[in-house]
Amino acid sequence: MKLPPYAELLGLSVAGEEAGAPLLLMPFGVGVMGRPGFLHGGAIGGLLEMAAFTALYARFPDEERPRIKPITVTVDFMRGGREADTFAIGIITRLGTRVANLEAVAWQEDRAKPIAVARMNVLLSR
Amino acid sequence: MPVDSAFDPERFVSTLASRAHGGLLGLRYIAHGADWSELAIDYSERLIGDEASGVLASGPILALMDMATSMAIWIRQQRFRAQATLDLRVDYLRPATPGKAVIGRGECYRLTRSVAFVRGQAHDGDPADPVAHVAGTYMFTSP
Repeated sequence: MKLPPYAELLGLSVAGEEAGAPLLLMPFGVGVMGRPGFLHGGAIGGLLEMAAFTALYARFPDEERPRIKPITVTVDFMRGGREADTFAIGIITRLGTRVANLEAVAWQEDRAKPIAVARMNVLLSR
Repeated sequence: MPVDSAFDPERFVSTLASRAHGGLLGLRYIAHGADWSELAIDYSERLIGDEASGVLASGPILALMDMATSMAIWIRQQRFRAQATLDLRVDYLRPATPGKAVIGRGECYRLTRSVAFVRGQAHDGDPADPVAHVAGTYMFTSP
């Protein structure tokens, strides 16, 4: 899967796949840092949104892929992101004809301790 | 604008914008008042989320509003204080126009001992025609 320029700017790569959804990896770097030693909340949010989008993209064959327009995102931050690799994966909660409801979760060393989760509602134009 | 504030938003952005995530996005200071700040990011091909349309990704707008609302909190209490985002909700009202800078205005409308409540809007030239609306909360992690 080819990631958009913004994903490249964050340094994201596809590190695996789970239930058809790409597992995204964001290495720690100065570009995604907020205050010293911690990830920026905006970079975490960007990673979560990209994980949700790519989970949805992966559901469609290339020629049937709809355009996705974000309507809302709600991000809950549970733990500070430290100087470590961050992983994220998106889950399609419901896929309708016009709207999809998505979730995404991000973690670092321990998957059982997520650093942030997001819920998104997106509009599909086919 | 507060004249005797110990927290200088313009200086904070100029030091922050040259490094870390703000630097990556090209964050700029625009203006501030007693409980609000206005920041901007210029359009850049590096920030595109959908190559077919050239529209900015939503992530940079989320990051812009995270920073504009955070700044509003420090401005309101006239000092920097470590904080953690509890939650942030963004409504993407319409796609930002390719080529235009996005200006985000964040406001701290309620401050308690441990929590700050914020809201804000982003636009790409006309504040009456916003591209995004946000609401969020932050928790202080230092006294």
